[in-house]
Amino acid sequence: MALLEINDLRTSFFTDAGEVKAVNGISFQLDHGKVLGIVGESGSGKSVTAYSIMQILASTGKIVGGSIKLDGQELVNAGEKTMRKVRGNKVSIIFQDPMTSLNPTHTIGHQIMESILLHTGRNKKQAYERAVEMLRLVNINEPEKRMKQYPHELSGGMRQRVVIAMALACEPDILIADEPTTALDVTIQAQILDLMSSLQKELGMAIIMITHDLGVVAQMCDEVIVMYAGSICEQGTADEIFYNPRHEYTKGLMRSIPTAGTFGQRLSPIAGTPIDLLNLPAGCPFAPRCDAAMKICIKQKADRMILNDCHYAACWLNVKDKIESGELSPAKEDSNE
Amino acid sequence: MSEMTRKPLVEVKDLKKYFDINVGMFKTLPLKAVDGVSFDIYRGETVGLVGESGCGKTTVGRTLLHLYTPTSGQIIYDGKEIKTSADIHEFRKKATMVFQDPYSSLNPRMTVSDIIAEPLDIHKMYSSPEERRQKVLELMEHVGLNSEHASRYAHEFSGGQRQRIGIARSLAVNPEFIVCDEPVSALDVSIQAQVINMFGELQDKLGLTYLFIAHDLLVVRHISSRIAVMYLGKMVELTSAAEIYERPLHPYSKALMSAVPMPDPKIARESHRIPLSGDIPSPLHAPSGCPFRTRCAYACERCAMEVPEFREIEKDHFVACHRVEEIN
Repeated sequence: MALLEINDLRTSFFTDAGEVKAVNGISFQLDHGKVLGIVGESGSGKSVTAYSIMQILASTGKIVGGSIKLDGQELVNAGEKTMRKVRGNKVSIIFQDPMTSLNPTHTIGHQIMESILLHTGRNKKQAYERAVEMLRLVNINEPEKRMKQYPHELSGGMRQRVVIAMALACEPDILIADEPTTALDVTIQAQILDLMSSLQKELGMAIIMITHDLGVVAQMCDEVIVMYAGSICEQGTADEIFYNPRHEYTKGLMRSIPTAGTFGQRLSPIAGTPIDLLNLPAGCPFAPRCDAAMKICIKQKADRMILNDCHYAACWLNVKDKIESGELSPAKEDSNE
Repeated sequence: MSEMTRKPLVEVKDLKKYFDINVGMFKTLPLKAVDGVSFDIYRGETVGLVGESGCGKTTVGRTLLHLYTPTSGQIIYDGKEIKTSADIHEFRKKATMVFQDPYSSLNPRMTVSDIIAEPLDIHKMYSSPEERRQKVLELMEHVGLNSEHASRYAHEFSGGQRQRIGIARSLAVNPEFIVCDEPVSALDVSIQAQVINMFGELQDKLGLTYLFIAHDLLVVRHISSRIAVMYLGKMVELTSAAEIYERPLHPYSKALMSAVPMPDPKIARESHRIPLSGDIPSPLHAPSGCPFRTRCAYACERCAMEVPEFREIEKDHFVACHRVEEIN
């Protein structure tokens, strides 16, 4: 059984302008000890997926369908009492800006000890020792001194280490990292990513790494999910996604980033702008920006197609010959075409 | 850009910009944001300026345009030193700036057409309202904006389009030189590529010269012909873009380049990172001698005593390091 099983998850935000389908029917699994990357641009639903798992959505947001199973236990509609036991204990999350997850009015020590006292049977003295041990684990020097300091006394990189220490204090099975290094400088980013990698191997937890930086994904992840407009375009091992992309959006994304091969040349950007989540089209959400879009792409959203045992894509182009030859006519209303 | 003439368009000589920071009720300390930076920019080229937050790269860009008054040093544009306010007024017709945040850099109470035409108004660069209108439409076309949207307000546009508005505005006075301060950092990958391409196209079409400030090293590598690396208010290395990626000489540049996560799993698995321990020191209490010595694996006694000179080690390759010959 997979550690985390998400099935047809749908999360919407109900705004004055209408329903925003931020996550629109996604399914994936995460096994013990794996690092899964979720990439996508702003508004693709990658963070909302994470917040749905933790059920920390803003008041206008609601999971409107699907299931989230953690170790076989259903979390959707499980209630706040159950979720409190899950959050910070089985699943932890770290955010982009460490300052937003730290309380400026409490010491570092107080904040790390809080979750230890809440979730484990340790007494205050044991919790203190555990907190110091965690700070040492994330390579913070003089941990006893840091325990008494406030967040503003630390640098950005150090704060993010504290947040990681907090998140790992109860040995969660899953660590969700939502753009953990975006606010940091590149040399500090390298330190934090190395730290996360070594902790992941040491503690054997699974990580969901949410980022827009394909470099971070290439370095950290075993498996990658590419999201666009609330849907999963493509999922596979990092090598499959980078070297053999099978969805036009993934291909476009790969062509948009400067790499050793593009220096001195023009990039090939994806034309147009991201679509409006208030008015999702009936077909593939990427079809309006896709150069290779076919008739069917505009009419009907492609299902998740299995390309091989470690690669899935939701793109009709993968079955183009079958559609053209008439062997495959995906929708009934399409048969008169 | 190989055929560029070797006469620099912009010469920066020993530029310093200190800010006074209050550290007590009656006590201030100088924050040496830029501490003695010298470099040239040649006509038609793009110089990339990289470094981590707080290294002074934005301050260099702003001081260069006299948006901040330099503490000392010279800024020479096209052979003429920019000093008096009359010089600055003239200079601003030739050199403009594109800002990072397309959300806060556009006045929400002005229409797009007024935003773009404001520099024209200031410099009285049109003779009739019709000419002003024509110029605005032409500029919008240059940056790929729909000219029908001229009477809209900035909030009606997406991030990428807003950045295009900012670029159109910076082009209004027909400048020769543009300082681009993190112009694509706030944009999504697919939009970022569109804007990067546009910078290239405008350069070809209008013969522009750029100082391109950014922290994304792959973007800078893509767009620049030469790249300067800054650390704690000082320039540590300046050379061609290819050279700095393939053969950085300064220990900080080496660490910085090796820390860039490459969007390629195989390269990422094989790459050997040069770890940098610790954090960048506060510019209020910069180390003596070489600013990088506290994090440098090669630091020796001399590094604490003397500030290393920014010197030309090889042709067109400047490095500020005492031990650069030994360690490479």
